[in-house]
Amino acid sequence: MNDKPEVWQGTLALMVLKTLERAGSLHGYGIARQIEQTSADLLSVNYGTLYPALLKLEQEGCIASEWGVSDNNRKAKFYQLTRAGRKQIEKETQEWEQMAAILARFLNPRIA
Amino acid sequence: MRMIRAWILRIAGLFNKQRKDQELEDEIESHIQMHTEDNVRLGMTPAEARRQAMIKLGGVESTKEAYRDQRGLPWLETLWQDIRFGLRMLRKNPGFTAVTVLTLALGIGANTAIFQLLNAVRLKTLPVAKPQELVEVRIVGGNPGLGLSDGANAEMTYPLWEQVRKHREPFAGLFAWSSGELPIASRVEMRTVRCLWTSGDSFSVLGVAPVRGRLLNADDDRRGAGPGNVAISYAFWQSEFGGDDSAIGKSVTLGDRIFQIVGVTPPPFFGLEVGKQFDVALPLTTRALWWDNVLDRTDIWWLRVMGRLKPDATLTQAAEFVKTISASAIEATLPVGYAAGAVATYRKFRLSAFSAGTGVSKLRADYERSLWLLLGITGLVLTIACVNLANLTLARASARSREIAVRLAIGASRSRLIRQLLSESLLLAGLGAVAGAFLARFLGQSIVWFLSTQKDPLAIDLDADWRVLAFTSTVAILTCVFFGLTPAIRSSRIPPAAALSAGGRGMAGNRERFALQRGLTILQMAVSLVLLSGALLLVRSFWNLTTMHPGFRQDGVFVTYVNFTPLKIPMERCDAFKSEVLEQIRSIPQVESAALTTHVPVIGGSWTLGVHVTGAQGEKDGASKVTWISPGYFQTMEIPILAGCDISKMDTATSLKVALVNETFVRQWLGGADPIGARVRTSAEPGYPEATHEIIGVVNDTKYGKLQSEIPPITFVPASQLSNAGTFATVVVRSSAPLPGIIRAVRQRVSQVSPSIHIDTVVLRTRIREGLARERLLAWLSGFFGVLAVVLVVVGLYGLISYTTLLRRNELGIRLVLGAQRSNILWLVLRQGLNLAVLGVVIGLIGAVALTRFLSSLLFDLQPTDPLTLLVTSLLLVAIASLACWVPARRASRVHPMEALRYE
Repeated sequence: MNDKPEVWQGTLALMVLKTLERAGSLHGYGIARQIEQTSADLLSVNYGTLYPALLKLEQEGCIASEWGVSDNNRKAKFYQLTRAGRKQIEKETQEWEQMAAILARFLNPRIA
Repeated sequence: MRMIRAWILRIAGLFNKQRKDQELEDEIESHIQMHTEDNVRLGMTPAEARRQAMIKLGGVESTKEAYRDQRGLPWLETLWQDIRFGLRMLRKNPGFTAVTVLTLALGIGANTAIFQLLNAVRLKTLPVAKPQELVEVRIVGGNPGLGLSDGANAEMTYPLWEQVRKHREPFAGLFAWSSGELPIASRVEMRTVRCLWTSGDSFSVLGVAPVRGRLLNADDDRRGAGPGNVAISYAFWQSEFGGDDSAIGKSVTLGDRIFQIVGVTPPPFFGLEVGKQFDVALPLTTRALWWDNVLDRTDIWWLRVMGRLKPDATLTQAAEFVKTISASAIEATLPVGYAAGAVATYRKFRLSAFSAGTGVSKLRADYERSLWLLLGITGLVLTIACVNLANLTLARASARSREIAVRLAIGASRSRLIRQLLSESLLLAGLGAVAGAFLARFLGQSIVWFLSTQKDPLAIDLDADWRVLAFTSTVAILTCVFFGLTPAIRSSRIPPAAALSAGGRGMAGNRERFALQRGLTILQMAVSLVLLSGALLLVRSFWNLTTMHPGFRQDGVFVTYVNFTPLKIPMERCDAFKSEVLEQIRSIPQVESAALTTHVPVIGGSWTLGVHVTGAQGEKDGASKVTWISPGYFQTMEIPILAGCDISKMDTATSLKVALVNETFVRQWLGGADPIGARVRTSAEPGYPEATHEIIGVVNDTKYGKLQSEIPPITFVPASQLSNAGTFATVVVRSSAPLPGIIRAVRQRVSQVSPSIHIDTVVLRTRIREGLARERLLAWLSGFFGVLAVVLVVVGLYGLISYTTLLRRNELGIRLVLGAQRSNILWLVLRQGLNLAVLGVVIGLIGAVALTRFLSSLLFDLQPTDPLTLLVTSLLLVAIASLACWVPARRASRVHPMEALRYE
């Protein structure tokens, strides 16, 4: 249907965490829009897949949720990072960078 | 940590679903509304805006579905769903459910019951600390019959034990023990208690701690110390003292000696012999109080020696070590007063160490083989039952093919469908296993009760342990897979379109579809033939044993054991006293005859002496059983005298020494020549000096040891010609009056002589029958399971033929319309079943010939491939099978053609 890369499970979690780190507290719709904008529409998030991912992060204790009121006075569930979530970001960022560095050496041997 | 937290939350997600669903609904709704508003701001119409928002979300329902899967544990939820659905299906078919659960309960119950027994006598370790460290020290191959053996635990002599305990390098501790019975003083009745004689360290080495007071120690076990302290078992404490603490310090009179109770052993400790429960534990050396010199005699075998390995020692090391001390221990304990040949035999004995973690057991030696056999039998019965259930499930699955087709058509995956059908079977198997476990307890106890006799009750711990649980659940899962998996796979394989359009017709004539059922029925037939022929063999063998003539007449005889030790009669007056007791018994009017004997055939132990026989044809050396009797013995036992004459009162200690021998003796040691006048010289043993007897008569052969054993040569010598005869007397009494009354009269008469004489009576026929407990158990159980197998097979065959006939109704109707005779139809259906039966019987015969040879050691006077048995079983099975097919065949032939054609 379109040639934008699908968002796969592991990266979506990290994107959600990074988005929340930047935005503080945000509802599901907001997170979806942010991810879309940050990736410059490169990643087409099927918004629905976000919710199971949010639930998983919440079950793992990386984020917490509470009901609140949005800018245009709408009732919405707001998510925000927990301390465990911040640690998780650190850990995953490190892993990603490592991975990227390794891959880069393969893709561009001259740098090494 | 995070994983655990997530799992807990997911399990929590299984509950309170309604509120959580509402929350999700709200969250999605707010998401769509926000998106819609944004879209409207971009210039869309409200309807289009909402539509686009929902597209972008990717479907409300599928989002919720994915969310719910993440929230809970989907497989757990579907499992729960399957179980609830299964339960609903089972409730809708109460007949099917009842039949299945009952069949499985019987099958699993029988298997578990036998396994429980096997577990108890074979696999369970002793209830002591670290039982795997226990080893036994004994003669390699056992004592072949040298000297005197007392009781079931006659593996070692006391002097030999004293040698062994000098060296203990690989052992953390060594101890010796023995078992036996003693009369206990009680005003109400005369009875005996089961005793456990233990050397001083026994309890500390075993790691058995008292529940009250203290247990015995080295101080209690001193040579020549006289009666002292005893410990009692928990069971005895409960039954005798009601579990009262005041029992400690009480005195108890055992065998006319007074002991003090010092402590109680814990409830699980039954002793060291599986199947027996001891009452009182006494110091080992106190055995000498009732048996002079037993601690010094190198020829009295009466105890077992066990030890605990040091934690770092292995059984192999221990065995090696024991072998190194063996020669010197044997050399230091040579038997005294024996002929040179016997001493040479003793010198060849070697000691070694054997694993003893599961204790010792006569029961195990007697029954292990039979129990494995029974487990095999019950396993086969369960297989037959499973085949029936598989056929039933297959039939039910084809009735449900429409339902299954619909499920497949609307998108159920095959694996999901198999899972659902299988969980129904699992449910049935589970219910069957639970019911079976209850049944097993009852069955197991019945078998224990069946094998117990009044004199010798079995104490078997049938409590389920992990082995029994593992066994039962494995059996349950196997049965479930067996009867549930194939039907599930098959029914999920039918293309939905075919099943939907066929609507039940057209499948009927499909031969391939029933190939599996036919094959299973043939298998069933074959297995049941094996079971039935095995059962018939065991039943006939038991019948042979009970109806055989042992050479004497069993009926109307009882044995009276008289113990007059308490009277302290001087040695030289003992014989006269015995005669007096015998005369008293003879003077009772209903007593037809009575006699003294040292050994009662079949039930009364064994005594062998070396003999040197001098006959007309030369001299021979051999061995013979020897029994000392008083005149009237042959008359009492009704053993015919074939030649020569009986002994009489004229045969005294000072007259010519005489003897009678049995036919086997004449054949074996006299080459069949005329035995009268031949001489038998017995070799010397302590208390039995060498003596030469002249043979004056020959008696009919009689069984001596077990009924199953060959008849040995037997020599009968007048009791008056043996000077050492002790303070025991065995009197055989014959009467044609009802025995209970006579027994009472005899007891009364003997107690008139002196009230302190101990007396015990046994009815000969009863005791001989009790000796056949194993054979009776095997005959009964195998017979029962054989019949059960046949019933199951008949039901299965009947079901299969009825079912296929029902499906062929249409075709049969057409045949009738086209002019087929009713007899044609009858034969058509009947032949279908008979083909299966005959094929099954042929395969079964091959199986029976191959398998029944495992029975040969359990059969008496019967070949395992006895042609008559196989023929009878085959004919019986074919006959029963035809009957099972005849009913549906007849029904089919009676059907009205129009009715059959209309049936659609």
